[in-house]
Amino acid sequence: MSNKTKWLETTYKQAAERPLRFSTVSDMELEPLYVPSETPGDYDRTLGYPGEYPYTRGVYGSMYRGRLWTMRQFAGFGLAEDTNARFHYLLSQGQDGLSTAFDMPTLMGYDADHERALGEVGREGVSVTSIHDMARLFDRIPLDKISTSMTINCSASVLLAMYLVVAERDGVPWEKVSGTIQNDMLKEFIAQKEWICPPAPAVRIVTDMVEFCARRVPRWHAVSISGYHIREAGSTAVQELAFTIADGICYVEEALKRGLKVDEFAPRLSFFFNLHNDFLEEVAKLRAARRMWARIMKERFGAKNPRSMMLRTHAQTAGASLTAQQPINNVVRVAIQALAGVMGGVQSLHTNSMDETLALPTEEAVTVALRTQQVIAEETGVTNTIDPLGGSYAIEALTDRMEREALEYIARIDEMGGMIKAIETGYPQREIAEAAFHFQRQLEQGVKAVVGVNKYQTPEELPIPTLKIDPAIEERQVQRVRKIKRERNQSAVKEALLRVAEACRSGENVMEPICEAVRREATVGEICDIYRTEFGTYEDPGWI
Amino acid sequence: MAEKRLRILVAKPGLDGHDRGAKIIARALRDGGFEVIYTGLHQTPEMIAEAAVQEDVDAVGLSILSGAHMTLFPEVMRLLKEKGAGDVMVFGGGIVPDDDAAKLKQMGVAQIFTPGSSTEDIVKWVRESVKPRH
Repeated sequence: MSNKTKWLETTYKQAAERPLRFSTVSDMELEPLYVPSETPGDYDRTLGYPGEYPYTRGVYGSMYRGRLWTMRQFAGFGLAEDTNARFHYLLSQGQDGLSTAFDMPTLMGYDADHERALGEVGREGVSVTSIHDMARLFDRIPLDKISTSMTINCSASVLLAMYLVVAERDGVPWEKVSGTIQNDMLKEFIAQKEWICPPAPAVRIVTDMVEFCARRVPRWHAVSISGYHIREAGSTAVQELAFTIADGICYVEEALKRGLKVDEFAPRLSFFFNLHNDFLEEVAKLRAARRMWARIMKERFGAKNPRSMMLRTHAQTAGASLTAQQPINNVVRVAIQALAGVMGGVQSLHTNSMDETLALPTEEAVTVALRTQQVIAEETGVTNTIDPLGGSYAIEALTDRMEREALEYIARIDEMGGMIKAIETGYPQREIAEAAFHFQRQLEQGVKAVVGVNKYQTPEELPIPTLKIDPAIEERQVQRVRKIKRERNQSAVKEALLRVAEACRSGENVMEPICEAVRREATVGEICDIYRTEFGTYEDPGWI
Repeated sequence: MAEKRLRILVAKPGLDGHDRGAKIIARALRDGGFEVIYTGLHQTPEMIAEAAVQEDVDAVGLSILSGAHMTLFPEVMRLLKEKGAGDVMVFGGGIVPDDDAAKLKQMGVAQIFTPGSSTEDIVKWVRESVKPRH
């Protein structure tokens, strides 16, 4: 009998244990205690050193002693000039990168004057229909110095083209432009559900962008492989890890099929993970992700460049964990989640604002969220030492276990013929819906507690101020779009759109023709309409 | 004769993809003994009203997290009336501020459930409030 078993059966048994289910927020049951024998891996092989394979302890040699993570708050609402003002404010407050939130019509590839845009223009993000909006959005921002992240997917090709054309007009060569575009279509079908065409052509456009950026915009991350939305849709932490890495595998395979060499594009693949409430689980997830990606890139894809093996990630605190009830408590949740991200070694971080379950954040709420990161960076001391939780028996046992369970999922997806096939059968979608339902039941049965919601409620709540979007914005944007459509050179636009359609059909990379189309003032909706015509549209199978 | 099972259309209007809530509610209502039809995402008010008529439902539950509730609820109700199905009860949930919820109720929306509502409460409300149309 091991010493641990002996301890469990004597000392632990005699001590009190509350009648609870001791499991993570993902309902992974935990042992009361972890001991050295439960983390048997060889140190150099499983953990190693920061900046060295398999990068479990961090992708960079000196981590936050060398450079802090990028504090990057996601922002976007109203007209381009409204968001531009917020960008300037955030930069003046010490933020060092931009992150753009687009409104639903832009995200879905509709112009502001489309009937499906009614009531949604500028509401959840900024409205961008033409190159003129993009120019206003980045007005007085030096695109060769500030890196920009754009959260957009099915219409990403158009928005990237617009960004590049704005840089071109500002005299900034594409080689100097740096940033990230989310452009992860697989997770759209799995979780966030913003799509135009079916999975196969959607991934083809992603691959066009990977290829184009590898050749023309070398400092740009053409895809940010995202677990964030998978988790928000209700997955467990292991599912988030597994499906994200499986999505990454699919993008690598598609780029290889295109004839690219792995080390040509893999160094520019980046990731985006969620940071939920369960502190240890989140730290372990990020560590497991780095080790898994390093091994997969080296062993499965034969990468030689260490940068191809390094999983560099942005992270955002979990929107779904925030509560409308007692919203100020959200500041505390965000702080703990952000701390998990830092302990997990992320490269870039967005902290949610306390009011985000109610509306887009106010400037005051955004400032508190940014200050939360600054307090962690400047006051807590956790940046002094690298991977400070490494070697904790619990953290290492959890890291190993999450890696093992995620690899089982990946093996299942491989058996199905890869992620595109798995998505077509609804496999990841159903797994997530099941986990979301399970969590909801645990919440309602009181197995899981959410402070202020099913425990410690207050009967009367005082409202907090929220940001209101002026409904007149929609009309102004619609008028602007109509004016552009009236006044531009129609035959030049038509010709450019035909070129995009030809590229869709012939298999030529779509990015150059799209850049030309946006130069000639073709709109997001017009270019996405080409996708709709050429590739067909995807409809939600509506699996419950 | 067994009582006719209520038919509920769970619908997701608008462009956003936040279907976590809609799917949980659809499943909870189904487990609660109702016949549930889920539209899937990205429905227009026209598609929803048409589905409500085609499926001959007793109530429509709209899930809206995009902020477009003040446009979408009234539009679905107007179209239901236009199609001669003005007696279909409309309820919903999502991120709806209290003052908007009050206005929507004045316009005839039967109930608005905001974040933190339990599926149990929603099932109970449907059982007590929705009446079969035929």
